[in-house]
Amino acid sequence: MTQTNSRILLVLFVAAAAVVPLLFATGYQLFQLTLVVAYALSVLGKNLVTGYGGQVSLGQGAFYAVGAYTAAILMEHFNVPYWATLPVAAITTGIVGLALGLPALRLGGLYLALVTFALAVAVPQLLKYKLFEDWTGGVQGIVLMKPDAPFGLPLDNDQWLYLFTLAVGVVLFIAATNLVRSRVGLALMAIRDQPLAAEAMGVELSRYKTLTFGFGALFTGVGGALGAIAVGFVSPDSFSIALSLTLFVGMVIGGAASISGAVYGALFIVFMPNFAEQISKAVPGAIFGVILILFMFFAPGGIASVLATQLRRLRAARTG
Amino acid sequence: MADAAPILEAKGLHAAYGPVRVLHGIDFVVNTGGVTALLGANGAGKTTTLRAICGMVRSTGDLMFDGRRINNLPTEAIAAMRVGHVPDGRGTFMELTVEENLRLGGYTRRDSIEPDLERMFGYFPKLKDRFRQQAGTLSGGEQQMLAIARALMIKPRLLLLDEPSFGLAPLIVREIFGIMKQIIATERTSILLVEQNASLALTVADMAYLLETGKIVMSGSAEEIRRDESVRRSYLGY
Amino acid sequence: MEGVLHQIISGIATGSIYASISLALVMIFLATHHINFAQGEMAMFSTYIALTLIQAGVPYWGAFVLTLVFSFVGGLVMQRTLLEPLARAPVLASVGAFLGLLLIFNNIAGWLFTYTLQPFPTPFGTGAPILGGMLSRHELGSTAVTLVVLTAVWAFFRYTKLGLALRGAAYNPVSSRLVGVPVARMLALGWGLAAAIGAIAGMMVAPIVFLDPNMMGGVLLYAFAGALLGGITSPLGAVVGGVLMGVIENIAGAYVVGTELKLTTALVIIVVVLVVKPTGLFGKALASRV
Repeated sequence: MTQTNSRILLVLFVAAAAVVPLLFATGYQLFQLTLVVAYALSVLGKNLVTGYGGQVSLGQGAFYAVGAYTAAILMEHFNVPYWATLPVAAITTGIVGLALGLPALRLGGLYLALVTFALAVAVPQLLKYKLFEDWTGGVQGIVLMKPDAPFGLPLDNDQWLYLFTLAVGVVLFIAATNLVRSRVGLALMAIRDQPLAAEAMGVELSRYKTLTFGFGALFTGVGGALGAIAVGFVSPDSFSIALSLTLFVGMVIGGAASISGAVYGALFIVFMPNFAEQISKAVPGAIFGVILILFMFFAPGGIASVLATQLRRLRAARTG
Repeated sequence: MADAAPILEAKGLHAAYGPVRVLHGIDFVVNTGGVTALLGANGAGKTTTLRAICGMVRSTGDLMFDGRRINNLPTEAIAAMRVGHVPDGRGTFMELTVEENLRLGGYTRRDSIEPDLERMFGYFPKLKDRFRQQAGTLSGGEQQMLAIARALMIKPRLLLLDEPSFGLAPLIVREIFGIMKQIIATERTSILLVEQNASLALTVADMAYLLETGKIVMSGSAEEIRRDESVRRSYLGY
Repeated sequence: MEGVLHQIISGIATGSIYASISLALVMIFLATHHINFAQGEMAMFSTYIALTLIQAGVPYWGAFVLTLVFSFVGGLVMQRTLLEPLARAPVLASVGAFLGLLLIFNNIAGWLFTYTLQPFPTPFGTGAPILGGMLSRHELGSTAVTLVVLTAVWAFFRYTKLGLALRGAAYNPVSSRLVGVPVARMLALGWGLAAAIGAIAGMMVAPIVFLDPNMMGGVLLYAFAGALLGGITSPLGAVVGGVLMGVIENIAGAYVVGTELKLTTALVIIVVVLVVKPTGLFGKALASRV
């Protein structure tokens, strides 16, 4: 397949993703697809940090929360329109990411995993804290209005929000692809695979690592903002350690070192619980755990790498 | 000097680290109660030979210990057959005390090891002074002594020594080899000694093999090897 | 002044529970260079086993011992089947496996035992507090149990041949094999022990915080902080660090930040230790394998 061919295919796929649900999906299904895009962006941020940057961060839920609350507070207290909250959420989480990335790069490895895990555990408590209560709404959280379609377009709220989210998602996925292929991305992968060699080559380890942490936070933050707008509600307990773990599961199952993996991972974490919850509320989490371990053993590269291997085999069979 | 039946016999021994083949079919014996020296330059495959005996690297061909094939057995199973190993780099348990290092050496023993602790202090009085000290605080020479003592605690039927002279000052090396001669005379343990310092090794060995890039290029009694013109020029340096 | 003393004494009581979990974490870290993110959930699950036994009519101390046996065997089996094969895998794989275990234990507990808070019995009675009202009977009893356990663990490692072999296997697996120590079996044994120690902590903390599947979240965070504060490579440090964390928690809660930021306090301590003195109070610098 040539590059042009695969591009055409991608455009067709995005077009289908935009049109087909509008024709067939119910409002709730559209809402779930909107969440898929929001989660895909968040997982994408995690992929950048972990899959490409080689740093195991378990606290991506914290950045998701920062993005979500930024959007919610701007809409609630400053009457900022929903679409205008996204760049602010991006910048805010990016800055928070950079600030946390500075000490984080000094740690690396397991210690980083430990700190980010602790961060994820502590987030709900911080969000409830009484000093911020005027802004965050404390335990109650903030309720948001669902945005209407602009310019008198004949779409209902769910349809419009899905299209809007999808558009933002597509733009950011293209941006991430370019980022990974850029000098920064190549340097990152060099650092991940051969830290000593990369250092010897003069790659500035620390700067690139901090930068990835910032970018990773930014993508996750935008995902969080979109998620908050879609759900129409933010509250501290929606951002517990469970969220960070869910994003982690999404990353591993989709494939950490891949851009497209974020989409597979997001589809999994949104739709699997739908089926499993019919048995018990607790089952999806247990299944997440079992599947996580199974992937670690049998497909550490996630769905993306399994697909890539199958595709290669198929092509080899055709040509050979 | 040595009994007829060898305690260890290698026949066509091959060993490799993954795709990198290091030993290309070597043959050698260690006689019961004898001291065999395995000589050769850096990278010739000496350490790999010892690792193959201890199951730390995969091998093919035959390694017969006391008449039994031991290729690729788990390392701890080989230790349980009372093969003592003074490894490359000395393998000190840095965080443990000298006493604990020695006690771990006697891990496979079911009988009392207290008399042997005393015996080790007879050979290595320096260790007695440092009995309760963390082994990581010992000097290189003391750690080497500790490694030999630790391997002796297993009451070895075969003792593998990997470059006991490595990285030590000549004076210390002389001291250690002096003690080794004493040990050889009293313990009557069979020994396979790996050394880069050939002249030193040949003072204690009764048989010697010369290893070059994974092949045995010469073998014979220590006396014969010492007299050989080419060995003298390339390995003994006089 | 008496208030401060009260906070310190009751801080030592909870701190001794943190110390147990810290010790379990450090044991596993020393042996495998992994951080067991599931340590807390394992303890929680063990505590449910104990509750189930007690509700079935088993006397408290019988249930206590049975739970330890169950936890020990469970930890051992988990190490052999799940973690041993991942021993040489990259950090992400081991972290993933531990998080998988965390999710499994948490959710299975929720499924089997529901998410409602359940009271857990104390074997020490509920009579009037002692030491001038500073310490409840349960606090005193649990501190005593923890001290006995920690001392026993210390004596085991210090004075028995098996304990020595466990330490040897953790510090230097290659040399251990050369002297005949079956290292893989030792690591599994260490896991079993860590799981059992965790179970004791769970049973001791449950009467204070009530039992629910998320009971150990905060405890684990404080245990992490304690382990790091004492030095992740030092078992003694873990115990001291854990106890200190209990005191810090109480003092900070009463006089500095209030109880609403409990978890954040632990987070801040973790970050400060790692940035200022990553080896902790008693730890040694580690090779870069971490």
